[in-house]
Amino acid sequence: MAYGKKVLDHYENPRNVGILDKDALNVGTGMVGAPACGDVMRLQIQINDDGVIEEAKFKTYGCGSAIASSSLLTEWVKGKTLDEASQIKNTEIVEELELPPVKIHCSVLAEDAIKAAINDLKSKAS
Amino acid sequence: MITPTYMDYSATTPVDPRVAEKMGKYLTMEGDFGNAASRSHYYGWQAEKAVDEARSQVADLVGADPREIVWTSGATESNNLAIKGIAHFYHKRGKHIITLKTEHKAVLDTCRQLERDGFEVTYLDPLPNGLLDIDVFKSSIREDTILASIMHVNNEIGVIQDLQAIGDICRENKVFFHVDAAQSAGKIEINLGLLPVDLMSFSAHKIYGPKGMGALYVSRKPRVRLEAQIHGGGHERGMRSGTLATHQIVGMGEAFAIAKAEMKEEGERTQKLRERLLAGFADMEEVVVNGDLDQRIAGNLNISFNYVEGESLMMAISDVAVSSGSACTSASLEPSYVLRALGLTDELAHSSIRFSVGRYTTEQDVDNAIKLVREKVQKLRDLSPLWDMFKDGIDLSSVEWAAH
Repeated sequence: MAYGKKVLDHYENPRNVGILDKDALNVGTGMVGAPACGDVMRLQIQINDDGVIEEAKFKTYGCGSAIASSSLLTEWVKGKTLDEASQIKNTEIVEELELPPVKIHCSVLAEDAIKAAINDLKSKAS
Repeated sequence: MITPTYMDYSATTPVDPRVAEKMGKYLTMEGDFGNAASRSHYYGWQAEKAVDEARSQVADLVGADPREIVWTSGATESNNLAIKGIAHFYHKRGKHIITLKTEHKAVLDTCRQLERDGFEVTYLDPLPNGLLDIDVFKSSIREDTILASIMHVNNEIGVIQDLQAIGDICRENKVFFHVDAAQSAGKIEINLGLLPVDLMSFSAHKIYGPKGMGALYVSRKPRVRLEAQIHGGGHERGMRSGTLATHQIVGMGEAFAIAKAEMKEEGERTQKLRERLLAGFADMEEVVVNGDLDQRIAGNLNISFNYVEGESLMMAISDVAVSSGSACTSASLEPSYVLRALGLTDELAHSSIRFSVGRYTTEQDVDNAIKLVREKVQKLRDLSPLWDMFKDGIDLSSVEWAAH
């Protein structure tokens, strides 16, 4: 079973790799996973005054599918509100990347990551 | 299409063209296709002659008598036959078996099965360098211990166990000693005429022979008896029934003969290639070699690039075919049990890559691999939040992770 084309594409040309200032009030940071599991994702989102995600960055320690899942997520959340971003389901990631069953957990982690980033932002607002 | 450079010789090897050519002579009507057990005609005698010659070739490589070689379908079957065979034959003497946590699954799973049958198995921890702790081994032997199974060379980390020392202790305590030599035969010297070993498993496909073929050495002096696991026509002195696959056997014999002739020179060459490969990573940060570097087979380099996950690195260096101890590459999502048994942290186990070079690896292959690995490790570290944290001086073991 060779690597999926879309997964390879995200690895070869990752979108939005990088860091945002985690202390900024309009930046939310989600760090999920654990080195012991072989998967750690850090997803960061930056919202503008209208509450729309204008920037998203990620860094991932994990297999190609994990990298692709988090990379895809940063593409998808741009231009969405926090509520819209929290609706993204891992199954959509699985479908888009054509992930095999053994890699579904990577997409679940990515969904966890965006939710964690949104929660972080919300807790800063309050 | 340019195929990737093969550096996974520990997984399997291509059949040597000289071996394939000889095998081809035992298949068709034009060749010697007979059943070696057909005692009454020319076709059977031709096949029998070829089998006898191959038996001597295998015996010669390891210092055994040809009558001590039993043909099997591979080292997995040999391991099953040895361990179950001894356990079921000698169970009245005792029901305790000792082995090492880093053994191949063919040994571990066979032991698990015997546990279900009422045997007790002690799975020893290796030292952090992968070697058996001889004192711990000695003290684990009981009155009712009948068998110890310790592999000669480990498939993942390539470390070499001291068979003489282990065997001497077994002899003193009247414990049968089985050795899985799938990864060592043809690569390092084995002299069963001198070593205190009772049973030894061999594989053809690890040494440029065909897959689906192996053998088990069963000592005649002192005599070792086994309960057969496959019943039928009583082939191989009753120890393993089934028509002999002449072409496979010839292939294994030829592969072993070539290995005997070329072992020294090939060992020196692969050692240099391995050293060249390791040297290519010498100035990189956070790189760890897994397993003892001295007591190690020439071609194996199992290495962890910290903060970079193994499967992502394998995908990144897909122009080189290697394997990893990462969970992502195993169907069970668990990291290599061998590396865990060495005491490696999970992240180092997830970050491991096994390079194994062999007969057809060139210096150019090694240099290309080095260049590719260096580049991709850097790229993946730039992508890794753990590398950022390391660079910021954060102690990862102190972090509370939100694992799901």
